[in-house]
Amino acid sequence: MDDTIVLEYTVDAEDFTRAGEASSDVKKKLKQMGVSPNVIRKVAIAMYEGEINMVIHAQGGEIKVYITPENIKMVLKDVGPGIPDVEKAMQAGWSTAPEEVRNLGFGAGMGLPNMKKNTDSMEVETEIGKGTTITMVVNMLGNE
Amino acid sequence: MKVKDLSEKFKVINMADGEREIEDVFCCDLLSIAMGKAPAGSAWVTVMANVNTLAVASLTDVACVILAENARLDDMTVSKAKEQEITVFATEEPIFKAALSIYNNV
Repeated sequence: MDDTIVLEYTVDAEDFTRAGEASSDVKKKLKQMGVSPNVIRKVAIAMYEGEINMVIHAQGGEIKVYITPENIKMVLKDVGPGIPDVEKAMQAGWSTAPEEVRNLGFGAGMGLPNMKKNTDSMEVETEIGKGTTITMVVNMLGNE
Repeated sequence: MKVKDLSEKFKVINMADGEREIEDVFCCDLLSIAMGKAPAGSAWVTVMANVNTLAVASLTDVACVILAENARLDDMTVSKAKEQEITVFATEEPIFKAALSIYNNV
């Protein structure tokens, strides 16, 4: 029997007021399932950073969350411009966010580093002009 | 010190879990940093007052938010705080003073 729970979300482009709704919902559901608060915090932070990135840089996208007793896997897929230099984007402080995003308190170049910091594994697949898919896993064990 | 104890000192914008214990104090206006660093259960003092502040507060699971320097939320954001059960206070005090007065009581 496959006991994977799958949650699916659509992230709208340039809607900062709604950014965070998907991660809030995942947070709520994980809480109901009795997942440890530290695991929930890590998943929520990593996913929210991803959502914000989709709103800022891509034209929105789709998020799928797979929950098993062992781990939580998040797959964030957009059809945005792609990341030209992933290595640079992974450096804390490197940012290409526009001024209006910085005025909201974001865009300090902490998104991808924060996602990496809060997850046990993170893979970035990106193609210029086609889009980016980020796969992150947070393990249940070792993060309590 | 409990969250509700802060209502003697600061103006209450929204009170959610007043019985929650404040474990730490955190100051930061850059949401990108607060996202990664705000400790769960802390009182977060900031002048950044927008809907994303609430999202960060909710996801990092801080005990409450204190808006310093008279920073204000618009009506829509206040209703969002109610909906998401986030405790928010406001004060005229600058960030350091507001944070210090909490810190001295934690």
